[in-house]
Amino acid sequence: MVSSDFIWKLLDEVPDPEIPVLSVVDLGIVRSVNVIDEKNIAVVVTPTYSGCPAVKAIENSIREKLIESGFEPSITTSLSPAWNTDWITERGRERLKAYGIAPPVDEVDKNVLFADAPVVPCPRCNSSNTRMISQFGSTACKAHYQCNECLEPFDYFKCLK
Amino acid sequence: MSALNTYILRIADDSLILGQRLSELCGHGPAIEEDIALTNVALDLIGQATSLYEYAAEIQNGGKTSDDLAFLRLEHQYLNTLLVEQPNGDFGMTIVRQWLFDTFRLPFYEALQQSKDAQIAGIAEKALKETRYHWRHSSEWVIRLGDGTEESHYRVQEALNFLYKYVDELFYMDDIDKEMIEKGIGVDLESLRPAFNERLKHVLEASTLSMPAYEWKLKGGRVGRHTEHLGHILTELQYMQRAYPNLQW
Repeated sequence: MVSSDFIWKLLDEVPDPEIPVLSVVDLGIVRSVNVIDEKNIAVVVTPTYSGCPAVKAIENSIREKLIESGFEPSITTSLSPAWNTDWITERGRERLKAYGIAPPVDEVDKNVLFADAPVVPCPRCNSSNTRMISQFGSTACKAHYQCNECLEPFDYFKCLK
Repeated sequence: MSALNTYILRIADDSLILGQRLSELCGHGPAIEEDIALTNVALDLIGQATSLYEYAAEIQNGGKTSDDLAFLRLEHQYLNTLLVEQPNGDFGMTIVRQWLFDTFRLPFYEALQQSKDAQIAGIAEKALKETRYHWRHSSEWVIRLGDGTEESHYRVQEALNFLYKYVDELFYMDDIDKEMIEKGIGVDLESLRPAFNERLKHVLEASTLSMPAYEWKLKGGRVGRHTEHLGHILTELQYMQRAYPNLQW
């Protein structure tokens, strides 16, 4: 019987469609893997944002990967507990930064209306002298920043908790 | 239709119709960042609606899909509040509408997370995280515009004066709500008023805007009586499914 570790390793080869340097495992959206028997594998995934258009694409990639490897996958989506950015692995954070996207930084209390935006180091030059351009970016999970030192505009993978 | 079903549709329809309204601004935002922000919010709202419609279709169990619920109902079968169907108007109107809605949705989802219905609680938990971003964004704009130039102050105050008559309907409750509250599934909306008013006041003070003086209130959306705007929204929203029935994306 195949081990669930083996399945996790397979899934780690499935890239996120929007941020291909991250695997779906790095991103923390694979919630559980259940090896039912030699063939049947049950995988539970969770969306990052409710409206994330990549969810279906991710499900399809996971399905394809498992079918390719001779399994019969069943994939279900679970909403609770809700995904948050703490579930992005350490390796995932390093990969994001190397790709030019600043990884999530713990934010100050969100209940305070005008709590300062978090200090996000520039993924290019590491300067902390950066500013938020918009808290919404090119995808639901990103905000738009600019570095005041090297002037590089960059994406910030915003902290969701 | 069961009370639970109606209850879910009321929440879902608010999200869908406001999401549709905001998506009208795709490519028409006042600045690229705002264009992206408003369409991001639209995407979250439509995502929330999708989860809710899927659940409603599941419990309805009559072979209906979430797409049927979103695209194939008639005007009087939509149960959204009148606020969310109001036209975008100028940017001030769009932002004030959003701010009033977000300020309501925040304590609503906070409370709905405690629902005894695990599926609803899960959707609320997820949606709450998104709503915090929406609320922050719309509140900041209300302050910036209210405390901005004479013109921007005038425009958002006018928007607030116009939209305020639709606010009370956000707290509308009837037998459906009563049953849901008794079963531990729904939220007693009356209990949310203090938190709502507190949040409203906080932003109003910072924005130098004032609460409209009138007491006039309009409602009807929750039981399917809408303003003339909803029909126009639906002609666009439903066009593809009406013109090409069962079309799959």
